[in-house]
Amino acid sequence: MWSTMLKPTIGLEIHAELLTQSKVFCTCPASFGGSENSRCCPVCSGLPGTLPVLNQKAVEFIIRAGMATECDISLFTKWDRKNYFYPDLPKAYQISQMPRPVCLNGKVRLKSGKVIRINRIHLEEDAGKLTHEGGATLADYNRCGIPLIELVTEPDFASAEEVTEFVAEIRARYMYCGISDGKMEQGSLRVDVNISLADEHADTLGTRSEIKNLNSLRSIARAIEYETHRQGEILGKGGKVTQETLRFSDGTGETSSLRSKEDAHDYRYFPDPDIPPVLITEEEIAVIRGTMPEMPSSRYDRYVNKCGIPHKDAENIVADKHLSDFFDEAATLLDEPRKIANYLLSELLYRINLGEGTTDNLPFTPADFVRVIELVEGGKVSRSHLKDILREMLATGSKPDSICEQNNYLIKEDLSLVSDTIDKILAENVAAVAQLKNGEQKVFGFLMGKANSLLKGAATPKIIKETLEKKLK
Amino acid sequence: MELTKLSIKSMREKLVSREITSAELLASFSERKDEYFAYVTQTSDLAVESAQVADLRIAAGENAPLLGIPGAVKDNICTDGIKTTCASKMLADFIPPYDADVVQRLKQSGYVLTGKTNMDEFAMGSSSQTSVFGGVKNPYDVTRVPGGSSGGSAAVVAARLAPFALGSDTGGSIRQPASFCGVTGIKPTYGRVSRYGLVAFASSLDQIGVFTKTAADSAEVLNVISGYDKRDATSANVPTPDFTSYLNRDVRGLRIALPDEYFGDTVGDDVRTAVLNAAKYFEESGATLVPCSMKVFDYAVSAYYLLACAEAASNLSRFDGVKYGLRGEGATYEQRIVDSRNKGFGAEVKRRILLGNYALSSGYYDAYYRKAQALRQEIIKEYNDVFTKADIILTPTAPEPAFKIGSSENDPIKMFLADICTVMANIAYLPGINTTCGYTDDGLPIGMSLIGKRFDEGGIIGAADFFERNFRRKDIP
Repeated sequence: MWSTMLKPTIGLEIHAELLTQSKVFCTCPASFGGSENSRCCPVCSGLPGTLPVLNQKAVEFIIRAGMATECDISLFTKWDRKNYFYPDLPKAYQISQMPRPVCLNGKVRLKSGKVIRINRIHLEEDAGKLTHEGGATLADYNRCGIPLIELVTEPDFASAEEVTEFVAEIRARYMYCGISDGKMEQGSLRVDVNISLADEHADTLGTRSEIKNLNSLRSIARAIEYETHRQGEILGKGGKVTQETLRFSDGTGETSSLRSKEDAHDYRYFPDPDIPPVLITEEEIAVIRGTMPEMPSSRYDRYVNKCGIPHKDAENIVADKHLSDFFDEAATLLDEPRKIANYLLSELLYRINLGEGTTDNLPFTPADFVRVIELVEGGKVSRSHLKDILREMLATGSKPDSICEQNNYLIKEDLSLVSDTIDKILAENVAAVAQLKNGEQKVFGFLMGKANSLLKGAATPKIIKETLEKKLK
Repeated sequence: MELTKLSIKSMREKLVSREITSAELLASFSERKDEYFAYVTQTSDLAVESAQVADLRIAAGENAPLLGIPGAVKDNICTDGIKTTCASKMLADFIPPYDADVVQRLKQSGYVLTGKTNMDEFAMGSSSQTSVFGGVKNPYDVTRVPGGSSGGSAAVVAARLAPFALGSDTGGSIRQPASFCGVTGIKPTYGRVSRYGLVAFASSLDQIGVFTKTAADSAEVLNVISGYDKRDATSANVPTPDFTSYLNRDVRGLRIALPDEYFGDTVGDDVRTAVLNAAKYFEESGATLVPCSMKVFDYAVSAYYLLACAEAASNLSRFDGVKYGLRGEGATYEQRIVDSRNKGFGAEVKRRILLGNYALSSGYYDAYYRKAQALRQEIIKEYNDVFTKADIILTPTAPEPAFKIGSSENDPIKMFLADICTVMANIAYLPGINTTCGYTDDGLPIGMSLIGKRFDEGGIIGAADFFERNFRRKDIP
């Protein structure tokens, strides 16, 4: 009964590690992996006397994130210290942004037309990683100081579907503007969900819980569903939801408490005296804006409305920026967007999904791909060779024409051979020809089949058909 | 010839002309015994080796500004492979794997490290008595404090254990001990010298500076340690002038401000008289004295301790015993960290961490930290006003000369007020230099401070040098 009366209100914090070469406050590499504590230095491991120096590239990247989500970019921005003790935090404070984040007041429109408001995006440093082994805790500081942006939404979501659509959209936009690899399973994009339930007519929100560090769309949806149910049962029995921080277990599909509000930290934020405030100029903003790619939602609209590509196909192309870029370039060379989309998804992406390549470093150009389409559509190559051509292109990057030549795929159009062969077939199948003349049209297919199999590679089916028709008249 | 009394310039000349060797020079300093607990670590073997290397380099015709010159470094400035303790139990065994920027620069200029100097724990104090290893004694009177927090560095220079020593100054920690020990001490403009490798006390106030016998010597060392460092985002990307070019000038036309507030009841009679006599001497030499007022004076100590403690509370949080330093015991992480910090820090450090966290905690931030920040802006404004009428500001360095060991250390408020004359320069990022301007009847040195505009170290070095050339110092034997 509760589900008809209680409505969930959900807000998100999305953390994304930035793809900068070096860390946000030192020169260590920011890439994922490496053996334990091999990618840290006196600065990011917080040795006494060391000082942080802001990586300007990280500032550019967060500005890109802001532009991708229609945020205002602050012309004056500064960093603060968030003080708390934890073994994965070597300085016992995280350099973050409190009153003056780089990005404010953004928005993203869902496919339903609903607008999700973004409160802010700020730039901070990631913490290290702890592993617990045989009663001991081991700290790995490789991740310390990897630039992290935190996007905070307003509590504008009403369902898990809205949340997952939004997270997928943000992930795609970040990947489109080249600032994040979007790898949720590696933790480079992770989501905290704030959720509360209240009567659908109530003016105030209910008590919320926060589910930390969700790292797949599936976990997000499951955690929201579980938590909606859990809070609903408590409220349905007349109980009160405790304000607390939860973790979600993929194994059990349940949330459990990490800490309650009473244990909440007083972070004692104050401006970091080691990092002077940063002034961002209108000129810098204009330069960065000039390098922003078209966002996925806008491409989707274009594909559907201008190119006439089916929704599902448009979605599939847009889902991968490399694929979408490839498509756009191919479409400038051949004015057949639907055909290109079709070849791209059913032929090329199919092969890629079989493990024959990746979209991010295709060894051939969109022009090569367009050439394949032209060869097949123009009757120069039999469709049956398409998969062999694409497979070889993916493997070697060879040009389609040379592949066809070397493998004898090109149809030779030997008209006398066609004529002779068809004469021979007609002579050998006198009964069938008689049936056809009596009006049994299906026999034509039988004769076509014979001709095709004997003439495979020597002529296109079109020529064979025309010749056959002529001779039967 | 008493080598330890030579200026750095003469030492260099004699080294270059091969009249003396660096080894001999070092020996003349190390023969003198450290009876003041000025050093935490004496790097004697390393120093002998470095001096030998310097002699070979000199023989090879190499020329570097401090090649073969001995010098000491305060023990909160990181030295690669050499213990850097901050005079704290927390870091009693800490050996940094890197050099501070200033140490790199000194090494490149060929100095010979004599040792790491004693100090107040984590540079918190005005007496150099909060060192976990034991307090420093004043070479002029071993029953008195040398001032602090860089008391060890001041004592090293006063007792001629080395011709120069680096210190750090957060609220007066170079100028005040320089005045107590009768030597010259300069705190450069915030940003002039890189803080990279200085164990932070209060990041927006800390600045590394120099103790020397004279302003002329300080110019030689400041030339070496100044300059932009990309590892310190607060270091200033400005050219370093040759500070020695400001020496041997006169003071004709120099406008010197004397803010009333510094000469009121807060300072003792003998201090006031000595500083005013110095002012008179400047005037007689062609300078103009400009009377003025700095109304924020009364609030400066409060603002200073709020800002300094807030930053310190955060800066010292990293000492949790996890990666380095003293590691306490306990079943849980929380218990261990509490135990590490409880055992590792002394009372004064704990007091300031508590004060700082209080000032930053939710509900008190606006009442304390934010107000202190507003005061900082006011103080900067008042200085700007004064500097429209004057070129430098002359004040006492400390209200009283060196006090007795054991007299004030247990009265934190009295200790805090000892910084009243020096904290404003840090708050306003300004350079300040202490030089001796008189002695009490008991022979204790009295210091005066010259405060300059931002990046005008040259101006205050020049004025101090002028005064020193015409003032007879009473060196200790």
